Amino acid sequence: MTKVTMTVNGKAQTRDVPDTTLLSDFLREELRLTGTHVGCDTSQCGACVVHVDGRAVKACTALAVALDGAEVTTIEGVAQGKELHPMQVAFNDHHGLQCGFCTPGMIMTGIDMVERYKASGLPLTEEAIRHELEGNICRCTGYHNIVRAIEDAAQKMQAAPAAAAE
Amino acid sequence: MYPTTYHKPASLSDAAAALSASDEAMVLAGGQTLLPTMKQRLASPSALVDIRAIPELRGITVSGATVTIGAATTHAEVAGHQGVQQTIPALACLAAGIGDPAVRHMGTIGGSVANNDPAADYPAAVLGLGATVVTSTREIAADDFFEGMFATALEEGEIITAIRFEAPKRAAYMKFRNPASRYAIVGVFVAETAAGVRVAVTGAGADGVFRHSGMEEALSASFAPEAVDGCEVGEGDMAADIHASAPYRAHLVKVMARRAVAGAV
Repeated sequence: MTKVTMTVNGKAQTRDVPDTTLLSDFLREELRLTGTHVGCDTSQCGACVVHVDGRAVKACTALAVALDGAEVTTIEGVAQGKELHPMQVAFNDHHGLQCGFCTPGMIMTGIDMVERYKASGLPLTEEAIRHELEGNICRCTGYHNIVRAIEDAAQKMQAAPAAAAE
Repeated sequence: MYPTTYHKPASLSDAAAALSASDEAMVLAGGQTLLPTMKQRLASPSALVDIRAIPELRGITVSGATVTIGAATTHAEVAGHQGVQQTIPALACLAAGIGDPAVRHMGTIGGSVANNDPAADYPAAVLGLGATVVTSTREIAADDFFEGMFATALEEGEIITAIRFEAPKRAAYMKFRNPASRYAIVGVFVAETAAGVRVAVTGAGADGVFRHSGMEEALSASFAPEAVDGCEVGEGDMAADIHASAPYRAHLVKVMARRAVAGAV
């Protein structure tokens, strides 16, 4: 067992965990933050995407012990109180989900790509969004409404100060 | 996964000590291959030595035509680095096409090269550009480094610290990828270097990344897409699996090579 401390959604969390504990298990089992979903558990589907130190990563493919001292943001941490994040609002407005299982990963990936393109000054075109979504699988929607939601949120986030959700 | 013990040394000497202290210890560089492999119980390292906290293993330096990339530098960092984009655009472009964004935020060049997956992208760049693999004990030329699928010249306990590239006159990497895994079904890296044209093929070979001397000779005589047409790609040397048969892979090698020559910058 190793003592691990990370800041999760702004709050310091310390747990003693086995060295083999995945970040996804740390979040779900230790912290009971079950919004981070585990779909495939083989690094393919992206349902478990969270932000670690401001970058989107697959929580099922990272060890908790390796992230001692890290800042982690999960789907539970992107809203400001009762005010949803623009990406969450856009997924609602554009019906960017059906069963909802992939949605936490889609939203965390969406926020990450918008922030990165914003920082680099590159245009986040529809083609770029589809390319950026390669690591996130949805078996319901056919992706069209997910792409529309991210396009819409990107416009709204352009107006807002960078990294508001981090 | 099977139990293991995690170490995060802050220096190369501590990392070497941790590696030698445990019988079946492995280096953890980004974990995007190693952790899934451990989860499937196909790997069971007794200890994991995480090299990401060793300062000299991180970062990119560009000095004239030489690009040196620390082993623990992520694919996203290589893809987004202005110096790499300007000096060896084909390398930045290759890094930007590995896996998906989340994988590129964690996966590292050292991890990819040390693992030498037969369908990985970086081995094609390292071999195609004739790069130098710098380790904790020596420097290894790319031509001497890759020894067949998942096999390299690395000795037990030897750690890759950096990969050093010399900018070619022009180069490009073209990949026909598996749409699910984003690994190369066939990837071809073509480079016109000071020492001649080099063609490295990944994904296709039955025994991992390899150079194709026939195409290298043809392209040395004439660096044009048509030069590839008369070359022979042996079906017997190709891998075959559910994704692509050997004849299909052999065909794709030439198609990707033509595209790489046409796109070389």
